[in-house]
Amino acid sequence: MIALEGVTKIYSGGVAALAGVSLTIRRGELAAIVGPSGSGKSTMLHVVGTLDRPTAGRVRIDGHDVAELSDANLSALRARRIGFVFQQFHLAGGTSALDNVADGLLYTGLRQSQRRKRAAEALERVGLGPRMHHEPHELSGGEKQRVAIARAVAGEPALVLADEPTGALDSVSGAGVMDLLRQLNAEGTTVVIITHDHAIADSLPRQVRMLDGRIVEDSARPRTEVPA
Amino acid sequence: MTTTGLTPARMWPRDVLKVGAVGLRTRPLRAFLSSLGIAIGIAAMVSVVGISSSSQAELDRKLDALGTNLLTVTPGQTFGGDDATLPDESESMVARIGPIESVSAVGEVSDTNVYRNNKIPEAETSGISVLAARTTLRSAIGVDVRSGTWLNAATSRYPATVLGAKTADRLGIGHAGPDTKVLIGGEWFTVVGILEPAPLAPELDTAALVGWPVAESLLDFDGQATTVYTRSDPDQVDQVQAVLGATANPEQPNEVEVSRPSDALAAQKAAGEAFTGLLLGLGAVALLVGGVGVANTMVISVLERRAEIGLRRSLGATRGQVRAQFLAESLLLSTLGGLGGAVLGSGVTAGYAAYQDWPVVVPAWAVAGGILATVGIGSLAGLYPAVRASRLSPTEALATP
Repeated sequence: MIALEGVTKIYSGGVAALAGVSLTIRRGELAAIVGPSGSGKSTMLHVVGTLDRPTAGRVRIDGHDVAELSDANLSALRARRIGFVFQQFHLAGGTSALDNVADGLLYTGLRQSQRRKRAAEALERVGLGPRMHHEPHELSGGEKQRVAIARAVAGEPALVLADEPTGALDSVSGAGVMDLLRQLNAEGTTVVIITHDHAIADSLPRQVRMLDGRIVEDSARPRTEVPA
Repeated sequence: MTTTGLTPARMWPRDVLKVGAVGLRTRPLRAFLSSLGIAIGIAAMVSVVGISSSSQAELDRKLDALGTNLLTVTPGQTFGGDDATLPDESESMVARIGPIESVSAVGEVSDTNVYRNNKIPEAETSGISVLAARTTLRSAIGVDVRSGTWLNAATSRYPATVLGAKTADRLGIGHAGPDTKVLIGGEWFTVVGILEPAPLAPELDTAALVGWPVAESLLDFDGQATTVYTRSDPDQVDQVQAVLGATANPEQPNEVEVSRPSDALAAQKAAGEAFTGLLLGLGAVALLVGGVGVANTMVISVLERRAEIGLRRSLGATRGQVRAQFLAESLLLSTLGGLGGAVLGSGVTAGYAAYQDWPVVVPAWAVAGGILATVGIGSLAGLYPAVRASRLSPTEALATP
């Protein structure tokens, strides 16, 4: 599903956020990328999520070599195959949970009626069926993150990338969100969670620890070079 | 490596519109204010064109009612620079021109003043002239009587007068009647009628008209016509105009001035058009300022909504779709402004025309042109912000809290 080979990302100014990272995550895995701030894990998420291109190295996502795809192709890849969950939820205010999730499918080419139908299903899946007509300000933090997860999974992506999904939540809501992500993985979706919280990382089947743009420890060692 | 299946889906036009309206929905006051700028510009232009068209329509209506076939002959000046006179026969000679349908004349009764009564000091003449009028004058000029009657063969032999519209005002006379008398040249004249304003012969408005015979008998009138009015076949006015001077005074055709009063009204209109051009220019400046306002709103909108742009990119929006979103927003802002402005401008035109008692004319081309202009302005104003939004790197946009 994800195959990085010698991936380097150097930002203008000469800061190397990723310094030769190689990593393979297979379909159906549930992995944590863990490290302190500045370790390059957010850059990793952007590169894996095709939001950013590496300075050097090869990135293959869902069988596609990112370097060979145009910006429009990458957009289509994100629209159909990748779902994002952010720490700050990024929900539109003044818009119901249902429409927030439905708008997540805006770029898939589905009609509005279909988008709403799928959104309603996704909200049922995350247990927010009864609150789908509430607006974000009427929801708790945990509920907001559930809406964001529903938005990420409504298009049934093969890969869900979560950037500090529990970072803005109390421990109870956080646990609920983690359960949801585990359940999602159990249903077959590849889930990668980026976190600086070792407790969360340790609760997952695989941990990839990062420091200064390098992978310092991978619990799935020895690394298998199985094509994605 | 295949890219099959990675063609971005096209957005439904309805969705583009909906996404474009997000900014308007979430920041309604800002959207309203920036649309207002456009609306004011369009309203200014539409109302300028509308008011000028309505005034033109009014003029056309007036000219239709008055006719453009009235020609007047007045004495000019001799070679020596003295005031010329028309020959006594000029009226009858002019009447022999084929296409001329009717002829009438007035003669100025010189050194004669009009007073409301004998208590008024002699110096307060109110600028009223006394004209001896043929009984055919009213029909030749086409002016209506507001009160009383016009002079007829009988009343023009007796001390009776018909006052011009302004004359009646200046003398403070509202109604004609057997008991209403004014003092003309020291004689009491009964006011038998008051005229409506005569746009084609404004000299009548400030005159007291008396019969030709009574002017000669009571007011020492020399019997010389000072203005000859003619109505001709509307299709041959130009030909008549060419020969009129020479016919009125064959011996000294250069001492005669021929004019067409409807031309003077048309000239007023032309003068008004120059002014309309100026106002239209001002409206265009207002529109430009409105466009700058929309551009400003869009730039700020893009800056504020970086996180939203990042999110949309992560959801799979292509650069083109982000660009389309902000272009749509800019177009919506300016087109809404344009529609509002067209309605406002038509309303101002209707109100002003109603106030002036004019027909309301708002040319469709002005409204359509105005709205089209706002579409152009909207695309121009939105282009740069939209391109900027689309070039924003998704990670940079997402990094914004």
